[in-house]
Amino acid sequence: MRNGERGQRDRRGRRGLRAIGLIAVLLTGVAQAQTIAIVGGRVLPVSGPPIDGGTVIIRDGRITAVGRDVAIPDGAQRIDAAGKWVTPGIINPATQLGLVEVGQVRETRNASARGDEGSAIRAAFTVWDGLNPLSVMFAPARNEGITTVAVFPTGGLVSGQGALVDIVDGGVTDMMVKSPIAMVAQVGDPEGANVASRGELILRLRELLEDARAYARRRADFERAQSREFAASRLDLEAMQPVLAGRVPLLVVADKASDIEAAIRLARDYSLRLIIGSGAEAWMVADQLAAAKVPVLAGSMVNIPGSFATLGARQENPGLLRRAGVDVALIGTGSDPDAFNVRNIKQEAGNAVAYGMTWDDALRAITLTPAELFGVADRYGSLQPGRVANVVVWSGDPFEFSTRVEHVFVRGVRALAPSRQDELMQRYKTLPPSFRNP
Amino acid sequence: MTRFAILALAATAACASGGATARAPSTPSTPSAETSAQGATGSGALSAPLADPFPSTYTPFPSRATVIRNVTIFTAVGPRIVNGAILLRDGKIAAVGTSVDAPADAIVIDGAGKFVTPGLIDTHSHMGVYAAPGVQANSDGNEATNPVTAHVWAEHSVWPQDPQFPRALAGGITTAQILPGSANLIGGRSVVLKVVPARTVQAMKFPGAKYGLKMACGENPKRVYASRGPSTRMGNVAGYRNAWIQAEQYRRRWDKWLADKKGDPPSRDLGNETLAEVLRGNILVHNHCYRGDEMAQMIDIAREFGYKIRSFHHGVEAYKVADLLARDSISASIWADWGGFKMEALDGVKGNMALVHQAGARTVVHSDDPSGIQRLNQEAAKGIAAGAALGITVTEEDAITWLTLNPAWSLGLDDRIGSIEVGKNADIVLWSGNPFSVYSRAERVWIDGAQMFDRTDPAEAWRTDFELGFVRRGAL
Repeated sequence: MRNGERGQRDRRGRRGLRAIGLIAVLLTGVAQAQTIAIVGGRVLPVSGPPIDGGTVIIRDGRITAVGRDVAIPDGAQRIDAAGKWVTPGIINPATQLGLVEVGQVRETRNASARGDEGSAIRAAFTVWDGLNPLSVMFAPARNEGITTVAVFPTGGLVSGQGALVDIVDGGVTDMMVKSPIAMVAQVGDPEGANVASRGELILRLRELLEDARAYARRRADFERAQSREFAASRLDLEAMQPVLAGRVPLLVVADKASDIEAAIRLARDYSLRLIIGSGAEAWMVADQLAAAKVPVLAGSMVNIPGSFATLGARQENPGLLRRAGVDVALIGTGSDPDAFNVRNIKQEAGNAVAYGMTWDDALRAITLTPAELFGVADRYGSLQPGRVANVVVWSGDPFEFSTRVEHVFVRGVRALAPSRQDELMQRYKTLPPSFRNP
Repeated sequence: MTRFAILALAATAACASGGATARAPSTPSTPSAETSAQGATGSGALSAPLADPFPSTYTPFPSRATVIRNVTIFTAVGPRIVNGAILLRDGKIAAVGTSVDAPADAIVIDGAGKFVTPGLIDTHSHMGVYAAPGVQANSDGNEATNPVTAHVWAEHSVWPQDPQFPRALAGGITTAQILPGSANLIGGRSVVLKVVPARTVQAMKFPGAKYGLKMACGENPKRVYASRGPSTRMGNVAGYRNAWIQAEQYRRRWDKWLADKKGDPPSRDLGNETLAEVLRGNILVHNHCYRGDEMAQMIDIAREFGYKIRSFHHGVEAYKVADLLARDSISASIWADWGGFKMEALDGVKGNMALVHQAGARTVVHSDDPSGIQRLNQEAAKGIAAGAALGITVTEEDAITWLTLNPAWSLGLDDRIGSIEVGKNADIVLWSGNPFSVYSRAERVWIDGAQMFDRTDPAEAWRTDFELGFVRRGAL
């Protein structure tokens, strides 16, 4: 148990992908035909400059107007946002919400595949097929303004594929925004991939990519058992095709600067769309990342040389990367950032600002940038007409602890509702509790 | 009552104890280093109260009289002082108020827009014992070889070159209790350290600080010892009680011998010696315990054997028994918002800090984490906000005590640190802004009046031996 209790968690992000074409999921369950006017707030569209005294109109689950001189439709439900801040719903781009309910209870963990005969290559694993839409961990995140989360698999060399979901009532299909959004792999943990060194991780990834290519050329031979043996199963090789085609990004979890460089070389050799996840030392290779147009998912509260792969960790990382021209989406790095504290992505943003990122970049890093990375910026991440109406009204600066969430709209529907944690607090607010209500 | 008698005994028997803390002003009755050094032939053989075989060698770093003026001061003992001033001199807080007289030679710092607080204190850290990098060779926090390891002392695992120390200092931490891990029912002695660069752990030890005893409830011990036992919570409780039964016999044997010195001394046992010191009130109990119902049981065990629990640690369900904690004067060393990761942590809520506070018990913001320790102020800010959401008003003045005076009390050091009052140690943080803002950072930190950290001067930042060559400057 490293570091007492907290050693249980893995500070690195976990992320993932799928092969069979991007499934853009339609908005289902047609948000009640409702028109809402959020009036007079400090509106932060992210895609453009702030609008003081702005209005946001929501109709039938979409944003229909954003601006200062916006006509309020007849019959619109009016929300006075004077003195409030209005932002897009926050997107947390690296979670295990709905995949892990109680971290130390095995039967509630569904973020990892075993792989074919224990193989470290689990590319075919579509993590969202095990997503629990009724997880009690969703509500605390949503009640603090997180409306959309990426769910990613973890483990092995290639962990599998992740998805982007909205935190809405309903089943997985109702929640789905897009799947897959990325294929997750890692460079940096040889032991986790049953190999002996970092270089061998790259070797295995190259072998997989080569075999996936060969397989695609020789599917018929493969079916007749007339191809050589491949390093991964048929399902995994199939799953890698969209990655090879550049349709699905390869999200490589890597911290060490040299590992990141190795991932950049790999991506270049196979023309992959690369995203670096975790990236503790990414600032040390910021220019290379910028030149290769490789975005980074990184946190702002990492500064301990906690392993020999993170000796260069520092809190200025996100800000330095942005300054070099790298696209940065922030991820959680505090306590239990994947489930219980998905909500603390706002704290990452605040700390990123304290350590040199501009405030606007920090907000972008938890809204529009992740939407862009996952190919949904035409629907998510900004306040613009036509966008999905994921909107949050805050009492003030969303990064400040003293700020309250006043309204959360997910797909145009009011979404605030008491969480299990809220019910516990109400129950025990006066002692002894009644055990009845709540 | 018996305890007082025993304390008196301790004084008479003290010549048999190990070294002393000559620098500790509040423990004048402890023997001088001279006598203890001379006692080398006997001290290792005897089990004496208040023995101090690894005495602190800490001495304050050089300091100059320093005035911070035009600054907002959270004293932890009253309303904030706006446009206030503070004078640090000879390692102590010499004056505080709306203005102070600055000696001619004093360094004067303009604190416009800034805030001053007491140095932050973490009751729960594993810095040094689980040092970075977190490789197996640095994993020295759990002696997970027996469910009761009262005989181990955390200080013997502390690596002073752990790069986590300077990072905690940069977060405004001036004092930290280093605990053994939670694998065991009784994990061993803690040690209270000043967060200062040193060659030895002795040079970090807070002079005169009491030791703590780490105990752990629930899932961890029964998981770690599942095959040999305890494997259940009832096994855990039997384990604590058996240990205290042994310890009580040991204490009686020794106290009797120390009083009459008749015959050969009883044989010495390191584990029972530590537990006997708890029974004598000389060591404070820090009990890792998540669930409220288990806290209630631990309170009963403490009553059964006549010791006090000073603080429940982690305590995600402290809010369920906050009235019991208030009744028995037990502090709750807790997180702002961490839970859910195992069954006994399932009911963690963000209102925990505010609910405990509302019930009249002492809330303590603790970290158990080398990253979290750097931002305890942010955790307290979350606690304020969670209280507001519940309709519980927690003022910033209240929340400052969660970071300073309450943890100081939990360590038995509230007479020396934890608030800004004349005569107390000059452990001070100057913040770039309101410490409850996410944008504020500790700018300068003083320990015993000596400036130990200055964010504006990275060239002078404390770098541990390990960091040389491995870690570029500027990672704080």
